[in-house]
Formats: sequence, structure tokens, C-alpha cells
Amino acid sequence: MTDQQTSTGRDQASDGDRPLIDVHNLTKHFPVKRGIFQHGGLVVKAVDDISFSLKKGETLGIVGESGCGKSTTARLLMHLIELDSGEILLDGQAVGGKEGLAVNELRRQVQMVFQDSYSSLNPRLPIQDTIAFGPTVHGVSQQEARQRALSLLESVGLQPDQFGRRYPHELSGGQRQRINVARALALQPRVIILDEAVSALDKSVEAQVLNLLVDLKTEFDLTYIFISHDLNVVQYMSDRVLVMYLGKVVELGTVAEIYDNPRHPYTQALLQSRPSMNPEIRIDEPPITGDPPNPINPPPGCRFHTRCPFAEDVCATKEPPLYTKSGVDVADHAVACHIEEASSGHSKAQPRSGDA
Amino acid sequence: MFRYIIQRIIYSIPIALGVTVIVFSLVYLGPGDPLDAVLPDDATAADVQEIKELYGFDKPLPVQYAIWLGRAVTGDLGTSIGTGQPVTDGLKRAVVNTLILAFFASIFGFTIASVLGIVAGYHHGRWADKVVSTLAITGVSVPNYWLAIVLIIIFSVELNWLPSLGMGPGESAAWTLDWAHMRHMILPMIGVSIISMGIIARSMRAAVAEILNQEFVQTLRSKGLMERQVLRHVVKNAAPTVMAVTGLQIGNLMGGSILIETIFAWPGTGFLLNEAIFRRDLPVLQGTILVLAMFFVTVNLIVDVMQTSVDPRIRRD
Amino acid sequence: MNTSSETARSTISLPDGVEIPTGALEVRSYWQNVFQRLRRDPVTVTCLVIVLLIILMAIFAPYLAPADPYKASMLKRLAAIGTAGYPLGADELGRDMLSRLIYGGRISLLMGIIPVFVALFVGGTMGVIAGFVGGRTNMLIMRLMDVFYAFPSIMLAIAISGALGAGIGNGLLALTLVFIPPITRIAESVTTQVRSFDFVEAARASGAGSWTIIRVHVLSNVLGPVFIYATSLVSVGIIIASGLSFLGLGVSPPAADWGLMLSTLRQSIYVNPMVCALPGVMIFITSLCFNLMSDGLRSAMDVRL
Repeated sequence: MTDQQTSTGRDQASDGDRPLIDVHNLTKHFPVKRGIFQHGGLVVKAVDDISFSLKKGETLGIVGESGCGKSTTARLLMHLIELDSGEILLDGQAVGGKEGLAVNELRRQVQMVFQDSYSSLNPRLPIQDTIAFGPTVHGVSQQEARQRALSLLESVGLQPDQFGRRYPHELSGGQRQRINVARALALQPRVIILDEAVSALDKSVEAQVLNLLVDLKTEFDLTYIFISHDLNVVQYMSDRVLVMYLGKVVELGTVAEIYDNPRHPYTQALLQSRPSMNPEIRIDEPPITGDPPNPINPPPGCRFHTRCPFAEDVCATKEPPLYTKSGVDVADHAVACHIEEASSGHSKAQPRSGDA
Repeated sequence: MFRYIIQRIIYSIPIALGVTVIVFSLVYLGPGDPLDAVLPDDATAADVQEIKELYGFDKPLPVQYAIWLGRAVTGDLGTSIGTGQPVTDGLKRAVVNTLILAFFASIFGFTIASVLGIVAGYHHGRWADKVVSTLAITGVSVPNYWLAIVLIIIFSVELNWLPSLGMGPGESAAWTLDWAHMRHMILPMIGVSIISMGIIARSMRAAVAEILNQEFVQTLRSKGLMERQVLRHVVKNAAPTVMAVTGLQIGNLMGGSILIETIFAWPGTGFLLNEAIFRRDLPVLQGTILVLAMFFVTVNLIVDVMQTSVDPRIRRD
Repeated sequence: MNTSSETARSTISLPDGVEIPTGALEVRSYWQNVFQRLRRDPVTVTCLVIVLLIILMAIFAPYLAPADPYKASMLKRLAAIGTAGYPLGADELGRDMLSRLIYGGRISLLMGIIPVFVALFVGGTMGVIAGFVGGRTNMLIMRLMDVFYAFPSIMLAIAISGALGAGIGNGLLALTLVFIPPITRIAESVTTQVRSFDFVEAARASGAGSWTIIRVHVLSNVLGPVFIYATSLVSVGIIIASGLSFLGLGVSPPAADWGLMLSTLRQSIYVNPMVCALPGVMIFITSLCFNLMSDGLRSAMDVRL
């Protein structure tokens, strides 16, 4: 699964090795309101200095508990929220700024599917108008936009002549999500961010939509960012996985690396807490206890150290960066834990012996 | 909590100031010079100048405003053009009288409306509900001054059970808590509160009906709670919404009493206002409206704080 | 597992396996749905009919009134209902009540309806802008509205009217000013709520600018609740307008206006109570019908949003 997919020639051919999306040091803090007079200086550190990259044609899964910053990251990527600091590069070109890519153009190439299928659709507009809206904003004629909408309806498995003129309240959750996908596709984007897109659906419907997404990815030559708290779904869909905790990236690697050989204690605990299909395997104690700390006042040093079974003094003082085997390239299996780095001062630290 | 109260008070200050600005500028809205109201017809130019200086009309507007506000805060609301007496004198008595009426009307109206509303909410869809709803919407739609007249027709003219004018028997200027005075209050009380009763009843009914649908009520019943205790919980939950509405209505009660007081010759602020408008007695007009508006702002503030203490979710930060 | 698609032309398969023949489902727009529901509501329909009749009566007053509403007759003062030539009696100056009642609706209706619509336009715009833009603009607009809101509506209307002086124009202005703050408030509240829905964010994510989003997505969702609220204000407007006339602040005598009639007839309740109560009956009925219609509209529009 780590093979590069050869680009089938949509838009410009990108440099073979250049990531399609490259994110550096993304940070977003939300001030906490304290009433009329002061800000109070308190901030919610929703996303704190995260970096990752995404290759063309792959699916990057982002997992984490509620409140870890996954959705904020998604919205930052689309510039729906202003970044505090950091840089986003689309196909090597920086977004924003004078020389950079216009935000409008970013939004044409990167689209999003939201979690709540109902509130993502304007109840007053018929389906085909909802789908056609995006293209018309970017200058496509009404006629052509409608044509595109109808053909997209067909691509997501809904008969255009039956569903085109319907209203959202007349449809089921699964159908609505398909429409949300169609709407995202209307602008012919290169990347689609799926923010908990299937979390609210029944399991059987969820499976249908997931398979639809897989088919569409090949048909339209897409790249996905798949955000979810459901570890199994992420495993099914993703090529690489990014694990977030309290606004930080704690582990990043291929699906096989993460699921078969998790190295961060948090990832390990997450995976252990999945119920197994095998009735013999029972969990006696929850692998992780307590609530995640308050993002307004994250613990010093490593943010996970308050719940980590391996925490030591160094963990409370020094924040671990994303250590990788080569130390430089974030495309390797990267882990933000002092255990990984021999010189970190952690008692269990030892140089990794050539694992993937 | 205490901080929230301070916050709300501080927040009300600019609003109160804005109110004073509006009240002040009312005088200048009208056609003609406010000076005209004060001038005798045969005034000479010298007289005009003298009066201008006397009343301060020769100063620029913001300065006039500041002077007026300064005086108002210390209790000097000017002199009535009609009576020549300080505005505050007549106003004090009028405010007390209106308050008395408003007080009893509030208790009367709120109690009856709430009870009816709760009954309607409990019997949602059945005939009790329909009756109350009809009554409520009638209450909301009826012009209360007309209802007052109709009540007078029925109870004073035809049946002669209740008096139709004044605050008490004879020429009583002071109010005392006795049956004679209460007789005079019954009809005005109904007139003043009828619209609010309709609104409160509807609000309570909607709130109760919605709460009864919520799952926690079923939980309470399945725990074995007696219906009466369940009722207490329901009312506690309905309280915040209804309180907000009530607060608004109390203000309306005071401000809207002008018509009723005029009809019943009840010597309150409304009556005063009516005369002031009729005679274009601007100082009285200004002073009365200022006082009434301040009352309203204060009542809203109190209701706001009470609401939050009952339901902490409502905080308006 | 393959992606299942709703392929068959004659049926639609729902996720739980149920097949529905497509002929059974019609697509109706939201407003068509509302209209259907309204049609089947007897109360609302009745009220609508009554209101239309009253409006028609007011418009065609010159053709409908049996007598000259201004013609006084000292002999016939306060004639009882049913007197020959005066089917609903006569007022304190001997003018025919029926004719005066027919003419009386004109001004009352105007004073109730016009301010509401002007306020709907002005207040609605301000509220949507405040709700959509948020931040400082919102604070500014809403605080300004709060200052006006600090006055009870009747009092504010009377105060402005009293200050401006009597007359229909002033009355209209006063009422409009009184109605703008509550409409702004409701428009802002609904807009803020709609703005938080995902489809607005999705529209932004499609690259649309603010005005486009407001036009296409926000307005259609905000208009409903605000309009319902505005219709409930019409009845209040009629009552307050008549109240202003009652106090001598709206219309002046000898005009035939329900509120004014109530006022001038007040002296005569001991002589002929029935006649004196008549103008109020008209105000009451009109106001009641508008309120019931507003309620009916609210129920009909109460879909899943």
C-alpha cells in the first residue's frame, strides 16, 4: 500500500515525489470569552504546531478522541478558519499571502463533506440546486452546472430524474450523505476532506457510502483526508494514518505500521480498547483512564504524560517532537514519544532497530 | 453569580443613557419650537430672549442635555407648564398609584394566567386546553381599552356593582387597603392585565406541554413520584421561559396603563401622561416617560438576574 | 460489497429494503407544502376570509355605506340599534354608525399593516446583517435596538406620537419605529442560528461570497420565522393605532376611525351602551383574525427546521 499511484493526468502532472498537500506548523488558538471586559488571556489550544503531508492519490486517515483538534485541522486546511501561524502548501504552492494561491482557488481544489448530513443541506433548495451552487459561484453557467449536478447524482448512485428535484427532508441519511459527496465533487476538486462523514449513519448504510467513496476515488482520481474516531473504519479506508491528541500529532505512519505496530502509548491504548470479534479476548481493565485534560491548560511537556503508563520526569518537562527513524522526513513512521529517541533521557529509550 | 450581576448592571448603564438621550430628544421631535409652549402670546423679543436664558434654550443641544440629565439625576425634573409646580411632586404620587395598580394587576394576572397555562399544558389537545387557548388568544387580541369600556358597561352601567371612576370612594387622594378601594381597583386591574394574561398563559402552556414531552418526566413518574411532586419539577423547568415573558409584561403593564388609567380616571402616571400630551406640557411628558423607562430597564435587569439564578444555562455573556 | 444504487425506474428502495412505487411520491416545494396545510385548516381559512372581507369593505366603503358618515343629525343622536334608517344606531352626533364603521376600517387597517411591513423591511435587513456579520457590527446594531427596546411598545408609540403631534403620518412613523427593534431582534436571532448550520459553511467552502450566501441560502430560511412574527405584529399594530386615536394622537375628528369613535362615544355609555361598544368589536374581530392567521401560519410552516 505504500506504492505511489501513477497520476492519470488530471490537472497538472505533479512532481512524482512532491506531496499534494504539505502542512507545516499549523497552529490555531481560540480565545476564551470572559465577558465584556477582558479576554482573560486564556486560550483553547485547539491545534498546536502540527505538520504532515499528503501524497497524491492516497487516503490519509486522522484519528483521535473528541476535542483533539481533528475538525479544526480540517477547517484550517480549507481556510474556513483563519490560521494563527503555519503554512499550507497545495502542490508546492503556498496558500494565501501575496504570491500565494488564492483562498478561492484553494476551495476549488479542496472540498469537504461534513458529519451532519441534514444540516449540511439547505432545506429550502432542491437537491440539484444545492449541488449546482458551487460551480455557479465559480462562473459555470446555470445550464452546465445543472448538467454536472445530474451526472454527479448518477455517479453517487441516485437516479437524477427522481432525486434531482427532491428536498433534503424527503431523503434518508445515507442518501443525504451521497448528495453531500456529489456536492463536494461538483467543483472537480483534487482533494476531499471527509470530516466524520459516515459517523452518523447506520452501519449498513455506512458500509455502502464507504464503498461508494472508494469507487469514486478511482473514478475521479481523488485524494482523501478521512477524519474519524472509528478506528476500524479508518483502517479500512486509509493508506496512512495520523493520530492526534489534544491538538498535537502523536503518531504518523502507514496503516500497517500504525495498526500492527503502534509505538506511541496513546495509539497502543486506543487500539487495545477496540472490542474484539473474538469472544475469548476480553479486556479486564480499560487501557486508558481518566478524561483528556483541558485544552485550555494542557499539561506541560508531553501532553499525554498524565495518562501515560510509561511517563517519567523528562516527559513532564520536555515536549517530544515527532521523532522519526531518519529524523528528518515526516513521511516515515513518526512518533512523538521520548521512548523513541535514544538521547531523550527516557529510561526505556533505545534506538529503533530498523522497523517499518 | 455576583460578578454576573455587576456585569449586567454595568451593561444596563449605556442602555439607560441611551434612553435618556431619546427621552430628551422627544421634545425636539415635535413641530415648532419647544419655546412656543412656554411663551405667552404677546411676548416681545426681549421677553423671548429672557425666557430663552431662563430655560436654557440658548445653549447648544448637548449642553442642554447634560444640564437636564444632571438635574434629573438629582431629582429635579423641571417645572410643569400646566400647574407651575415641580414635575416631581405630581409624579411621585402618580408613580405610587400606578405601582399599586401594577402590583395587584401583576399578581392577579400572573397567578391566573399561570394556573390556566399549566392546566392547558397538562391537558394538551383536550377541551380544557382548547378553552384556555381560546381565552388566551382572545386576551391577546382584545383592545384592552375597549374591554375596559365593556366591563364598565356591564358592571357599572347595567349591573351597578362596581364603580367606574377613580381610585377610591369620594375624592380620596390617598390609597388604603380596604374593600372600598379594592372595589375601585377590580375593573382597572382586569383591563391592565388582560393582554399580559393571554401572553403568559400561552407561554406557560407551550412551556409545560414541551416539558411534559421530555423524557425526564417519564423518569420521574417511573421512580414513583407523586403527580404533585412531578408538577413541581415541571413548573421549575418552565419557570425561566415564563419569567422572561413575565418580566416584559410587567414593564408593559406600567407603560401600557396610560389608556386604562385614562378611562378609569385612575390618578397614576398614565393619567398624568395623557394630560401632559393634551396640554403639550413637555417637562411633565419628559419626566414621566423618563421615570417609566427607568423602571422598565430596572425590571428587565431584575428579571434577567432572576432568570439566570433559576436556570444557569441562560447566561448572556 | 458493491455500491447499491437506486436503479429501478418504477420503485425506490429505502435502506431497510422497503420498495416504494415512485408514483406514490410527489415532489412538492416547501411553499406548496405550506399552502396545502393552510388550505386544510378551517380556522385560518375562516379568519383569512373575514380579514379579506374587512379589507374589501374598507376599500369599497363609498359604495357600501348606506349613508354619509359625516352627516350629523341632532334629532337622531345615539339612536338605538335598529332605528329606521340607522341599522346599527347613531353616534353622539347623530351620524349613522353602520356607515362610520364601514369607513372606520380604512385608517385602522392602514395604521396596522403599513408600519409592520416597513419595519419588516428595515428591521429585517438590519437583523440579517447583524446576524450574518457578527462581531462589532452586530453589537452596535443590537445595542441600539436594545435602547429602544427599553421602552414598553405602547409607551414608546405614545411618547413618539405625543412628541410629534397628532396626525396619521406621525402615527405611522411612531408605529414603524416601535416595530423595528423586535423585528430586528428576531431576524438577528434566526440569522445567527442559520449561520451556524453546516450548509452555510459548505457554501463558504464552495467559494461563495457573503452576499451570494445571504441571497441564496440565508434569506429563504430566515424569511419564514420573521414573516410569521411580523404577521402577529399586525394585530398589535391595529390595537395600538386605535389606541393612539383613542388618545387623540392619531386621526382627528370628524374622521371615522374605530379608535376615535370609541373615544368620542365614551361619554355616552350610560345612554346607549351597545352603540358605544360597536367600534371596539370591529377592532377586536380584526385583531383576533390576524392573530389566528398568524398562529395558523406558524403551525403550517413548522416543518422540520
